[in-house]
Amino acid sequence: MCRVVDLQQAVLAKNEQSAYTLRAELAARGTAVVNLLSSPGSGKTALLERELVLARERSVPVAALTADLATENDATRLARSGVPVKQILTDGLCHLEADMLGRHLDGWPPGAARLLFVENVGNLVCPASYDLGETLRVVLASVTEGEDKPLKYPTAFGLAHLVVVTKTDIAEAVAFDEATFRANVEQVNPGVEVLLTSARAGVGVGALLDRALAAADGAPVHTPVMARRPHRHTHDHADGTGAMAPSGS
Amino acid sequence: MHEMSIALAVVGQVEEAAERAGDVTAVRSVRLQVGELAGVVPDALSFCFELACAGTVLAGAELVTEAVPGRARCAPCAHEWLVGMPPLLSCPRCGAGTTDLLAGRELQIVSVHWEDGPAHAATREPIPEER
Repeated sequence: MCRVVDLQQAVLAKNEQSAYTLRAELAARGTAVVNLLSSPGSGKTALLERELVLARERSVPVAALTADLATENDATRLARSGVPVKQILTDGLCHLEADMLGRHLDGWPPGAARLLFVENVGNLVCPASYDLGETLRVVLASVTEGEDKPLKYPTAFGLAHLVVVTKTDIAEAVAFDEATFRANVEQVNPGVEVLLTSARAGVGVGALLDRALAAADGAPVHTPVMARRPHRHTHDHADGTGAMAPSGS
Repeated sequence: MHEMSIALAVVGQVEEAAERAGDVTAVRSVRLQVGELAGVVPDALSFCFELACAGTVLAGAELVTEAVPGRARCAPCAHEWLVGMPPLLSCPRCGAGTTDLLAGRELQIVSVHWEDGPAHAATREPIPEER
């Protein structure tokens, strides 16, 4: 018999359920995840190196997990800060999922980390769809990437809790138009804060750590328009028990 | 390109639903809503879906995607608009940034069209592991 069955299941429900569980487990350990998203070469690792060193100077326990398709170069760089660092090799996969992250957090990081920085795979498309159980999602763009980056990658920038501009020490040399960049961010994510940083000059490093610690301490985080759920009835059952009502035969 | 991950998730969820139903012999089609802001390319997804279905009860199934345009409503002034691409998410009438996104982020399996056997299917062939 031919039958049409209503499923009404969100495709990403499983990841969202895993992220929800992971967020709760980490909260019980006193740890908040900061998910860092950007295109390759935006300077995520350089900025993160500075954040880790500063956290150590301030005696804030932190750890970092860095994801790449291949090589352990980023973990080697970040480990110089002296904080616990782990490399996730995705073997070609373009993004991290909550379950993948969770598998690396069994008994790690050692001790109680207040913040766990997760440097996602350099990619502004795929990682945007996957909640990693983060408390703060930071989307970065360097001044060399063009002011229209937020419009070209609206899902990534539209779901950011905080937008970070990197490499501002060379902004003038590359004629970065800050006002246009800010207007483009505002178009896809009204009200989100844009933080200017330079890892080389040490600008904005403390401000970013302060934002992350505030979020970890429960300060309200910006809610992007794109993250607001429409108020309508759906049957999203993350455990896979979606309503199944035969609607024909 | 995370469409393969999405395709595998769709196939996995339909397989689970078919297992719960108990007597599904073949899946003809899967209807999926893909919002304009979901970050998924329907053509790439269709390509991956065909590969992800191979060797499962979904083998040969068709993926029917329904595009859902992004629609927003301004909380203060109640103006409604199509957000377009790239999306405009602050109100084009009053400029407010407190917008409700009514549609556009969907990535939802709506329904499945499948073949099933009699209600008490005791006559199926045992699978190799059961012999």
